[in-house]
Amino acid sequence: MKLSAAGLGWQAGHRMIVEGVSVEIAAGETFGLVGPNGSGKSTLLRLMAGLLPRPQGVVQLDGTPLTSLPRREIARRIAFVEQQAETTEALRARDVVALGRTPWLSALAPFGAADVGIVAASLRQVGMEDMALRAWSTLSGGERQRVQIARALAQQPRLLVLDEPTNHLDIHHQLALLRLISRLPVTVVLALHDLNQAMGCDRLGVMEAGRMVACGPPARVLTPDRLMNIFRVRATRLKDPDDGASLFRFHCLED
Amino acid sequence: MRAAARPGPLMRPLVLWGVPGFAALAVAILAGVVIGETPLPFGMVAAVFANHLLEAGHVVDPIDAGIIWNYRLPRTLVAAACGAGLALSGVVLQAIVRNALADPYLLGVSAGASTGAVAVTILGLGGGMIGISTGAFVGATLAFALVAALARAAGGGSAQLVLAGIAGSQLFNALTSFFIAKSANAEQARGIIYWLLGNLSGVRWPDVSLALPVVACGFVICLWFVRALDAFTFGTSSAASLGISVRRVQVVLIGMTTLMTATMVSLVGSIGFVGLVIPHAMRFLTGPGHARLIPASALAGAVFLIAADVTSRIIIPGQVVPIGVVTALVGAPGFALILIHNRSRA
Ligand SMILES: Nc1ncnc2c1ncn2[C@@H]1O[C@H](COP(=O)(O)OP(=O)(O)OP(=O)(O)O)[C@@H](O)[C@H]1O
Ligand SMILES: [Mg+2]
Repeated sequence: MKLSAAGLGWQAGHRMIVEGVSVEIAAGETFGLVGPNGSGKSTLLRLMAGLLPRPQGVVQLDGTPLTSLPRREIARRIAFVEQQAETTEALRARDVVALGRTPWLSALAPFGAADVGIVAASLRQVGMEDMALRAWSTLSGGERQRVQIARALAQQPRLLVLDEPTNHLDIHHQLALLRLISRLPVTVVLALHDLNQAMGCDRLGVMEAGRMVACGPPARVLTPDRLMNIFRVRATRLKDPDDGASLFRFHCLED
Repeated sequence: MRAAARPGPLMRPLVLWGVPGFAALAVAILAGVVIGETPLPFGMVAAVFANHLLEAGHVVDPIDAGIIWNYRLPRTLVAAACGAGLALSGVVLQAIVRNALADPYLLGVSAGASTGAVAVTILGLGGGMIGISTGAFVGATLAFALVAALARAAGGGSAQLVLAGIAGSQLFNALTSFFIAKSANAEQARGIIYWLLGNLSGVRWPDVSLALPVVACGFVICLWFVRALDAFTFGTSSAASLGISVRRVQVVLIGMTTLMTATMVSLVGSIGFVGLVIPHAMRFLTGPGHARLIPASALAGAVFLIAADVTSRIIIPGQVVPIGVVTALVGAPGFALILIHNRSRA
């Protein structure tokens, strides 16, 4: 599903948190957002998912303005995994994933056998099928993150919005998740902090102080200049002798 | 352990839980009619029911028949409706404001309803049960709006909501006392104060025909929204991203709980702790999913309040203890358990 955003902005009090972001994301593309803490990545993702009150600008899904769609229709198209999710309810992992079916169900179309299958398949995709019956409160941070991603998959969206999905994950599951995302036949927008992982996206948008200051293929966007000015690191580019892929080694710059 | 563990066809849980549940409710209603200051034999109760429902024509002492049909049965049915309504209100509020301690009594909704009902009664603004219920609804709505606004202004946390509820309750209770002091004569005042503590003595059939439809409506609305209530588990933003129109659901469900609470308060006074303790007890049995929690809480609330009413009639011979006193004696320790349980989970 194609997402186009024009002039997106959001204001908290008198402070502009995100301002003037315009971007077109093609169907099937994996689009990464990078930027320092507080640069507005999470806010921009929420704007794209239509989750913030009083947004500025327009978001269109395949040419349909988000504001003209009912919430339920949006939720059938966009699934969103927040940076953190907490509850004190004594849910099991499977119950959390089943929440993803909400936009597809109603009082007249209750949770059925097909939904059971979708929930099980989603748990399997994130490697959590053995913990389906574990209580949410007993799951580790990374396990919770994977359950939330499974919930988003169970929503069967055409656009997946992920806010730092590799947070809390061990290295195996980080790579497994990125591989899973790249294989999904859906459009993905995700915020990332690991710039080497960000190199795997089709395109990157760089956020700085609420503005998208660069947008394009990773290798073109992550220039030494930008890494120095925006991320305040000096980067050395290394080559993996195995496959010739390039990666960064970072050095902290003094303040 | 896979698909089989999921609630299968609708029939199985219905038979497993529904049949014992309704049996318990039927037994409770019978007990509510049989037990009292003058215990009436079960056979006589059956005869009176048969006379009214099937026109059986059994010969029963008219005074006893009157006690059974015009006094104890409506009283028991209203107790059941109130218990169910208050428990449902508790479940809904706890889900929507995401606070384990939310309940109409703690959030000041009951106090606001009392103030509205007393204002209508004493100041003589439009009489009758409907007038009093409307007054209670206006008071309850005002109280909830005030408490919600105060909690939000104070930062919107769990503790803030409960503190705002205390402030709201105090304010509305003070207003109630003020109205009583200003306008009621001594006898009126005693009656009102007794009613405020929760009292089912005056209940007759017209009260049943107000209480039952309101609770039935509330129950159906809750069932209609079970998925929305589940979707609030991870907060309002998460609910929105799951396709819930958060504002609309909040307005409908909070309006519905306010209406139920106001109706119950106008009929029987302000009864605490049912909305808090029953949903928590039921969560242990059914888990947090609202598809089971809603019916279980409604049933348990109904049975609990009938039991509390029976207890209030017989615990001191020759005297009726206000039912709010009985629910508080059971509910306050339950409340303490909830507090301790929540601490260990946080
Ligand atoms: N509701 C709000 N009210 C006021 N300020 C806000 C609000 N939401 C976010 N902000 C501020 O906006 C800025 C951007 O926040 P945002 O969460 O979008 O950053 P981010 O890029 O996701 O950061 P991180 O890498 O730490 O996740 C921050 O300075 C934050 O404090
Ligand atoms: Mg963020």
